[in-house]
Amino acid sequence: MRIEEHPILDFKRGKKIKFTFNGQEAEGYEGETIAAALHAAGVKVLGKSLFLHRPRGFYCAIGNCSSCLMVVDGVPNVKTCVTDLQEGMEVETQVGKGVII
Amino acid sequence: MREADLVVVGGGPAGLCAAISAASSGANVLVIERNKKLGGQLVKQTHMFFGSEKQYASTRGIDITDILLNELKKYNNQVEIMTDTTVVGMFEDGVITALHKEDKYFKIKPKATVIATGAFEKSLAFPNNDLPGIYGAGAVQTLMNVYGVKPGDKVLMVGAGNIGLIVSYQLMQAGVEVVAILDAASKIGGYLVHASKIRRMGVPILTSHTVKEAIGKDCVEKVIVCKVDDKFKQIEGSEIEFDVDVMCVSVGLTPLNELLAMRGCEMKYIPQLSGSVPVRDENYETTVENVFAAGDATGVEEASAAMVEGYLAGICASAKIGYKPDNFEERKQDYVKQLSDLRSGPVGQHILSGIEQIVVK
Repeated sequence: MRIEEHPILDFKRGKKIKFTFNGQEAEGYEGETIAAALHAAGVKVLGKSLFLHRPRGFYCAIGNCSSCLMVVDGVPNVKTCVTDLQEGMEVETQVGKGVII
Repeated sequence: MREADLVVVGGGPAGLCAAISAASSGANVLVIERNKKLGGQLVKQTHMFFGSEKQYASTRGIDITDILLNELKKYNNQVEIMTDTTVVGMFEDGVITALHKEDKYFKIKPKATVIATGAFEKSLAFPNNDLPGIYGAGAVQTLMNVYGVKPGDKVLMVGAGNIGLIVSYQLMQAGVEVVAILDAASKIGGYLVHASKIRRMGVPILTSHTVKEAIGKDCVEKVIVCKVDDKFKQIEGSEIEFDVDVMCVSVGLTPLNELLAMRGCEMKYIPQLSGSVPVRDENYETTVENVFAAGDATGVEEASAAMVEGYLAGICASAKIGYKPDNFEERKQDYVKQLSDLRSGPVGQHILSGIEQIVVK
């Protein structure tokens, strides 16, 4: 769900980037965050909560609320709302605290 | 250990203005910003600002960052900017610790500090308020205006303050349907000019309404709202259902005050300023000597006021450490006057009644 036409803004998207979400191939653009790319691809559930495993999506999108934590390239607790997407990233839904390697 | 005359924490409107005015007074300044981009929340504000020319009225927020950065460029040899760097500690001996990217940890001991950390969005308590699809209004603004991604198809906006009204309009500009705007208050909190624009586009603004419950399995699918009485109690039988895939929560912001509290600044909870804020003098110096604060971190207002507070705190901080420009008094009085003009309306009176409680002579 990307905005194609806008009365004020002209979105200059970077080059296309391939990454994986839970093992499945996905696409985004250079210069956008992991959460923005996932949202554009229709993915709103980024993780499951600590104890009750309730679905979690982002809330503040400025790196403050920790509601968007995911496992990225094996590293848990990455704030995906402020972390730029990169070619070949492996992004996974995080359940609970995640496991520190 | 690095050294600097002045460290400014936060590269938003307040922080950039503090850096400009301190550098123009002759101080060396290090600006530390946790994001990769400067400008704070200006980067998503596509609307034109109010206020007067001095606070860039009629200019879109998104363009103000460049204006401020161009101004800052004049002082290239005095100003260093570190983005992607988070201040993580402020200690009693004046040492500040910061983390650059993931792994470069360093210490700085400045002569003075301006804390301009801004604010973050509040949430609202109702059943299932944690469902994905329920976002802060500012988050939706970031998603749309910075990344060009729609938050969904149908949005319910909670909060008819300026942010709620402006973001609703911006959602429609992005081609997203806004089904209604709610506010628990009996009156619309934002400017009438914004509210009228929204109403003309056919979006109902339901005052004296609140969220009773959100419903959905993995994401929000439906929101039940109801009327509230004059004591904000929910009225049984007044429920309305909205089938939406997004709910925007725009119930205000609260100051990001962790560093100030950590450093030992005396803090006070002031409802009019939306949270716990530092006690300060008229120069924006906190109860800890040479630690200054500016912008939303000292009480939530608009970016226009944050910029003027930044200029004021910046010039006062630099004067305190020995860089006092000849026209100091004149400039200071100009900033004081600008702030008092910005706070002359009814909202300003409310803010002032809060400020009175934290300013020590």
